[in-house]
Amino acid sequence: MNVVVCVKQIPDPADPGALDPSTKTLKRDGKLILDESDSYGVEMALQLVDAAGGGEVTLVSMAPNSEVGGLRTALAMGAAKAVLVSDDALKGSDALGTSKVLAKAIERAGAADLILTATESSDGYTGTVPEMVAELMGLPSVTFAKSITIDGGAAKVQRQTEAGYDDVECPLPAVVSVTAGVVEPRYPSFKGIMAAKSKPVDEVTVADLGIDAGAVGWAGGGQEIVEVAEAEAREAGTIVEDDGEGFQKVVDYLSELKVI
Amino acid sequence: MVVTTDPHDDPTLAAVAEGVDRVCADFDDDYWSACDVEHRFPWEFYDAMAAGGWVGIAIPEAHGGGGQGIAAAAMVLNRVAASGAAMNGSSALHLTMFGLNPVVRFGNDRLKDTFLPRAATGELHVAFGVTEPDAGTDTSRISTRAVDDGHGGFVVTGRKVWTTKALESEVVLLLTRTDTDPDDRLGGLTLFLADLDERHVDIRPIPKLGRNAVASCEVAYDRLPVEGWRMVGERGQGFRHLLHGLNPERILLAAMSCGIGEAAVRRAVAYASEREVFGRPIGANQSISHPLAVAHMQLRAAAAVMWDAARRYDADLPCGEQANTAKYLAAEAAFLAADRAVQTLGGMGYATEYHVERYWREARLQRIAPVSQEMTCNYVAQQVLGLPRSY
Ligand SMILES: Cc1cc2nc3c(=O)[nH]c(=O)nc-3n(C[C@H](O)[C@H](O)[C@H](O)COP(=O)(O)OP(=O)(O)OC[C@H]3O[C@@H](n4cnc5c(N)ncnc54)[C@H](O)[C@@H]3O)c2cc1C
Ligand SMILES: Cc1cc2nc3c(=O)[nH]c(=O)nc-3n(C[C@H](O)[C@H](O)[C@H](O)COP(=O)(O)OP(=O)(O)OC[C@H]3O[C@@H](n4cnc5c(N)ncnc54)[C@H](O)[C@@H]3O)c2cc1C
Repeated sequence: MNVVVCVKQIPDPADPGALDPSTKTLKRDGKLILDESDSYGVEMALQLVDAAGGGEVTLVSMAPNSEVGGLRTALAMGAAKAVLVSDDALKGSDALGTSKVLAKAIERAGAADLILTATESSDGYTGTVPEMVAELMGLPSVTFAKSITIDGGAAKVQRQTEAGYDDVECPLPAVVSVTAGVVEPRYPSFKGIMAAKSKPVDEVTVADLGIDAGAVGWAGGGQEIVEVAEAEAREAGTIVEDDGEGFQKVVDYLSELKVI
Repeated sequence: MVVTTDPHDDPTLAAVAEGVDRVCADFDDDYWSACDVEHRFPWEFYDAMAAGGWVGIAIPEAHGGGGQGIAAAAMVLNRVAASGAAMNGSSALHLTMFGLNPVVRFGNDRLKDTFLPRAATGELHVAFGVTEPDAGTDTSRISTRAVDDGHGGFVVTGRKVWTTKALESEVVLLLTRTDTDPDDRLGGLTLFLADLDERHVDIRPIPKLGRNAVASCEVAYDRLPVEGWRMVGERGQGFRHLLHGLNPERILLAAMSCGIGEAAVRRAVAYASEREVFGRPIGANQSISHPLAVAHMQLRAAAAVMWDAARRYDADLPCGEQANTAKYLAAEAAFLAADRAVQTLGGMGYATEYHVERYWREARLQRIAPVSQEMTCNYVAQQVLGLPRSY
């Protein structure tokens, strides 16, 4: 069983992020790390390959400056190899542009039985890439997986919902997005980190993938960031006077927010 | 090629630091404080470190370990201590990581095949039973006896103190007296890897100042049977076998001390930058900032000597002077750093919640055990400077 996992390499969330005023996008010139959201997909893929008793996990990432920091972490966890798309032409790519690139890169990674992603990235969090990738590849897509089991040529997915989960079954290959926190990602081990240094990373450009540079990056953007504004200051909260029925008002307020 | 003393320039050591930092990031100061207050062994942390192969990093590859030397082991313990885990974290691992060095060096094949693979996975917990009520610094005086049982085995009776991790450990590297040789002060002692069999062994934790997640115990041995193949190295050579491990032990202690100091300076600097008194950050006062700068510089110096000692040991070069120097400097620097951190935090420095008092209690230990600052000075005075012996 071969699984491809899309892993995004993002600026370290521990370092305060900054916007580039000229492009109005996040500065990504520093060191990038594995998005924690994707560590769950990597772990799930490793477990599925283990359970299948054979096959391998391949990573796919699109990132600037030939960044491999986050890929090395996922390779150290146990993935076998990676495809990295890095090309100046990709600067300014929107979610659709990113999806076009990932779809081609997944094909380049070799025949896959299953493609995993996170439900949304930690920095861009449009939460749209997985479905667009599936559409571009003509594959079925299941979102919000909390568990996946493979049964012959099909994936059985528990799909998380507000109330619980749905049991969903779909034919393979398919694109499945994995909810954060549903598995315990393993720590990279000493042997894993050492081995990761020599695992193959196939670095490719837009041209290598047969994509027209005009279809991605700033050039291919179907939308434009016209303005970036400060978030509004938080408004003062609601004060509930307790007239003996204060608890009811709190309960009503919380259920309105669907917190309870 | 540029040669620096920065271990992060070595790809293997940098990988070790990266991997260990990642595990430690999930065990914050509050975790360590809780373990300390509740006198609870940090099992969750231990298991995570064992699973990553960090505990077995210095066990030979042939026995399933990482096959690395003392520098890699020092990096593991340094990063653990620097995370804020301090001695509670590093002592939890230390003995399995390096306590079996005499077995690796001098043990018979059966001993190695039986125990090293389980040490490599971290499954085997090991204690170190040398110190006795009447024999600490002067190891040659130990009186715990191992008597021939007439069938190739031995029977051990005696009393040890301060045996760290005796409660959690399955086996103890035990120094006993098998023979008396009036002409050989270092002779007559024999090492065993013995079972801490509760039918013959009574273990009682010793209440102590700090590092309370890991207990050190008084251990009484009452006719404990030990099979002959459990002897480590040669009969009568136990003390000499242990001497072999002294330099690496000092290097590891220095690495841990440097880590505690780093954690203390980090917390002190953060507090000094934020806390405002008389309308300005206290870090603007040089009587606050300069001691932290001094502590930082002394930690850097200690670490440089420590990495030098580690590299020399791994390259089979003599390293006694470097290892002792590193141990001494690091213990002083760590204590200075922790003490200045307590001072910087003022009243909060004394509060458990702010963690630096825990570092301070643990840094204090580094000047006493397993080897005191005085004995490190004795080594340098006699072996390096050629002055007359004091003992
Ligand atoms: C300040 C800012 C402004 C932006 N403005 C726009 C905009 O105007 N229009 C627009 O369309 N987008 C915009 N983006 C989104 C940006 O281009 C996205 O980061 C990128 O397109 C991927 O989308 P996402 O991160 O939202 O992916 P999501 O859909 O949230 O990602 C889901 C999953 O898909 C996979 N994935 C996503 N990206 C990659 C990747 N590069 N490599 C490997 N796997 C990946 C991961 O598994 C990820 O967890 C903006 C982002 C920022 C930070
Ligand atoms: C928390 C903790 C954990 C420990 N863990 C272990 C363990 O796991 N296994 C184990 O075997 N032991 C362990 N020890 C024991 C430790 O190794 C001894 O405490 C240490 O070797 C000192 O021995 P002592 O306490 O008997 O001091 P003593 O030998 O009684 O010395 C007392 C003081 O006199 C000084 N002194 C003695 N002779 C001289 C001299 N010639 N010149 C100058 N000064 C001198 C010493 O430096 C010391 O300051 C531990 C101790 C502690 C506190």
